Amino acid sequence: MPGSARYGVAVAFSPVRDELRVRAGADISALRMLRRARDRIDRDYASTLGIATLAAEAGYSVGQFIRAFESAYGETPGRYRTRRRVERACELLRSVNLTVTEVCMLVGFSSVGTFSRRFSELVGRSPSAYREEAARLGGPAPIPGCFALVWRTGLPAADTGAESTFLR
Amino acid sequence: MITGISIVSVWVLDQDAAKDFYTKQLGCELTNDIVLDNGMRWLTVRPQGSTGQELLLMDPARSMLDAETAAQVRALVAKGALSPGVMATTDCRADHDMLSGRGVEFTQPPAKRPYGIEALLRDDSGNWFSFTERKD
Repeated sequence: MPGSARYGVAVAFSPVRDELRVRAGADISALRMLRRARDRIDRDYASTLGIATLAAEAGYSVGQFIRAFESAYGETPGRYRTRRRVERACELLRSVNLTVTEVCMLVGFSSVGTFSRRFSELVGRSPSAYREEAARLGGPAPIPGCFALVWRTGLPAADTGAESTFLR
Repeated sequence: MITGISIVSVWVLDQDAAKDFYTKQLGCELTNDIVLDNGMRWLTVRPQGSTGQELLLMDPARSMLDAETAAQVRALVAKGALSPGVMATTDCRADHDMLSGRGVEFTQPPAKRPYGIEALLRDDSGNWFSFTERKD
């Protein structure tokens, strides 16, 4: 786990280069734990998996975990999980004949109201409007879905209004 | 005439562990494991069905990179930010099941895409690969 006390030890007995190395070593194991937590969200996005569980598995308190995750990935684990769920919802809305409520439940939301609100914030339109537009545009999307997700721009940020990246 | 890519460099965190992962878990064939005069360990593997392409499993700390750059690359690999490319398979679903049985991590199960069937594979260092059976 990263901590200033640990780095302090390195500083006490090492020249700068060694400090960098020790520090990088400590960071690597912390980053691996954070990546495992994020992979878990990617896999188990639809479960009731809580942030507290992810934090415990990674060996952090909840507060430490949220800060460390945000520092590594630029957003909190909760927000990442929401983006993952909404991204999965987009795929289902594009490709599967299900109602919005069914899609909402399938990707792990328990309330249609919350789902629609989060979806609209991230995608810039409601789930049903998104589906209608996807059907109208038709045809295969040119960008592989997996790349769209794994790249942080997989879904347009709520404030950019970059609506075209995901649909076409 | 450029005919393709013959060696793809994959940054790994631990070459011994990567050698085990790529040969025992992914089923690649070991093609080289040599330490060069300058200390660089040249470790290459070839996917079983490959006609020539090899993966070079390179430790940033034993490469041409300076120590600080190597530490940065290692951090990027560990956090899962890097992807060396797309692994091609003739049967994505069957291979996904077989490799999962050997403990290989997938962050996304096989799914139909416009271009074929695709899953997302994570190596033991943190690199991710698209794992794709292309539609002709």
